[in-house]
This record gives sequence, structure tokens and C-alpha cells, in this order.
Amino acid sequence: MCVALPGTVIEKKNGYAIVDFSGNRVKARTGFVDVEVGDPVLVHAGCVLQKLSKNESDDLTELMKEVGAF
Amino acid sequence: MREELKAIIHYLKEYDGPDMNIMEVCGSHTAAIAKNGIPTILPDNVRLLSGPGCPVCVTPSSYIDRLIQLAMKEDTCVVTFGDLMRVPGSETSLSAAKGAGARVAMVYSPMDILDMAAREKETTFIFAAVGFETTMPVYALLVDTIVREKIPNIRLLTALKTMPPVIDHLCRGGAAIDGFLAPGHVAVVTGADAFVPLAKRYSLPFGVSGFSGPELLVAIAGILKARGEGKVMNFYPSVVTRRGNERAKAMIDRYFDVCDASWRGMGTVAGSGRILKKNFEWIDAGSRGLDEDRQKNKACRCGEVLMGKIMPTECPLHGTVCTPLNPQGACMVSTEGSCYSWYIHHRTK
Repeated sequence: MCVALPGTVIEKKNGYAIVDFSGNRVKARTGFVDVEVGDPVLVHAGCVLQKLSKNESDDLTELMKEVGAF
Repeated sequence: MREELKAIIHYLKEYDGPDMNIMEVCGSHTAAIAKNGIPTILPDNVRLLSGPGCPVCVTPSSYIDRLIQLAMKEDTCVVTFGDLMRVPGSETSLSAAKGAGARVAMVYSPMDILDMAAREKETTFIFAAVGFETTMPVYALLVDTIVREKIPNIRLLTALKTMPPVIDHLCRGGAAIDGFLAPGHVAVVTGADAFVPLAKRYSLPFGVSGFSGPELLVAIAGILKARGEGKVMNFYPSVVTRRGNERAKAMIDRYFDVCDASWRGMGTVAGSGRILKKNFEWIDAGSRGLDEDRQKNKACRCGEVLMGKIMPTECPLHGTVCTPLNPQGACMVSTEGSCYSWYIHHRTK
């Protein structure tokens, strides 16, 4: 139930955004996060919960290096 | 990333340290672990246990019974996420009740209920508000809209639960757990620091993880390396911060009080729930006191599965009388339930 998916804001309206998930577009409330068009965001149950870091794969590679070096 | 990932996989496969029981307390992790074949990479002395992290699985039968009772009432419609439809109450499920004439609607977002209520003003719409910290902000936003717009025909039947108190409950009960894969999307809201007191109290490593195969692998490797250390490691930094989403937490606090909560198969855990504040009780469809938990099948061992005491395949009903088509317990219903996941993916360890 805690499934949340990353998408991209393609339109910003009053209180909600249109978020694109690889072609699927959904309306998501933005009450908890300030978003701009182009922002990668995490959406859960029709609500934006967080903005994503734009360098997700770099973050993960860094983590792997860190864990490897523990 | 490829070389780094190979090194992590090599470390995991060759791990020859002490035995480690790592519990994931998120149903989405349970599903992702099976889907990505993570257990097949791990040596036999590293075990992944599924904890009470699937909201549907831990909802007591009396809550389902109450939903069915409401759905059978005239001019009433119960609105729910699909996961809850087939969860057995003490006698039947919402899905079966719908077949018998109850009015039940499935939606993608709790906010969808607003349009339904506006279209049919003579009907009372009741949202089955089940979930953890991830979903609570959405319910708080819905309540905020109901209050601000004075919407008279929407109610919530809540069964809201929080993660840190139930993890505390498991650890205090002496569960044999050496580390936790902390729930990534719960932590988006709570922040990774929400798990720091538990990590310190029990000297256990917590790894906040994402949901892809590589993210899970790096988090498991990090937990193995931090065995015995009471610390929280954030392996999902693309969305999880130390303090979480402050606006979402404030909105939850505005509308919901902390309460004791009943967990299916586990009993009541102090301070592990949230319920609408007294001021907003007029929106509540009767959530208080729904603590009774009567199993459909007395032999069902969902409670022990949820506490990591047994693996799903150790339940005598698993795969025999209890299957996804004929679930006897909630863990076999939800796609995030551990029994469902083990059955569908033929998981053996």
C-alpha cells in the first residue's frame, strides 16, 4: 500500500500538478511540496510526497562505493 | 555503477560472518525482495524476515466487519483501495459483501471521494482509511478539505498505524532480529531520524532502503557490515531526508491524535496508531474500539508470520487450503503480504 512512484511534473495548477509517468498522466495534489514544471517527484495515492534528487543513479553509485569501503 | 554493484553482490554471496536475521517492515519491500530474487543471492545464514509492514495484513477483523456493516446500509457507499477488497473479516470480505448487494467503490486516491460526494449529495461516502505514515498525509489532506469546504457527506473509518512503536514492540518482545530494512516511503514522511531512538536503544543497524534490486542489495550489505551498531543509515537519499516532510507531519498532527492500535494477530500495541481528534469526530464513521480480531480459520498463523517468528511456508495452511484464490488470512490476500509473495514467487528462503 505504501507504493510510491517517481514521475515528472509537466503542468502546475492551483493545489495540484499533472505528473507524467512514462506517458501515463495523473493529477497529484501538491499540498506538501512546492513543485515546478520539470521537477522529478515521488507520488503516492494521488499526492506528491517529495521531490527527487536529479542524480539518483550517482547517489546510488556513491552509496555502493561507501558500503564497499566500510 | 556496474562494477560497484558487482562488488556488493560478491560481498553478499561470500559473507561468512555471524548469522543475521534482517527484518523488512514494509510490504513493498517484501514484494520487491521476492520479485528481484534477492534471497537467492544471500547465503543461508542471512535470513530476510517479513515484519508487520503491510497495512492491509495487520488490520483486525472487526474493522473489516464494521466496513461491511456500513456498506450494507442504505444511501451509503464504502470507498477503498483495491487491496482491502478481499481481506477476510470474521465471516466474509468486502468483495463478497459487494456481491451480496453492498455498495463498495475502489479508487486510486482518497481524494477521488471528493468528486463522488459532490455528485451524490444524498449518499454518505465512507473512506476505508487504512495505512501507515506514508498514506496518513493524504488522509489529513482529505480531512482538511472536508473541514474547510464543510462537506457533509464524507466520513472516514480509520485504521492508521505507525512504524516505530510496533518495531519497538517486536524488539521488546525479544524477537531474534539483528537489523532492520527500514521502510523507505514511510521514511519519506517521518524522516530517517525517526528510527534513531530504536537503533540506539537496541543497538541494531537500520538501513532505510529504496525498492529496486540494487537499492535493496546495498542496504542489506550496509546492515551486515554494521552488525551490532545502533545506527541508522540512509540508503535512499534521493527522496529520504533526516527529518522527512515537515509539512506532511504537521498536517497529520493537526487532525490526528496518537492512540493505541490493534494489530491483526499481534494484539494491541500502545501508541502505535492515529485517530481523528475529538474536534473532528463528526468525520469519524465509528473507528474507536474496533480491536477484536477473530480469524476466519483458527489454524491461520498470520500473526506469527507478521512478527517474523515463522516463515510463511511453516504455516500448515500455506499453499494447501490457503492460496491467493482462497486466502484464509490477510497475508495471503495483499500483493504485499508475505504469504502471497512467497506463494507467487515460489520463495523457499
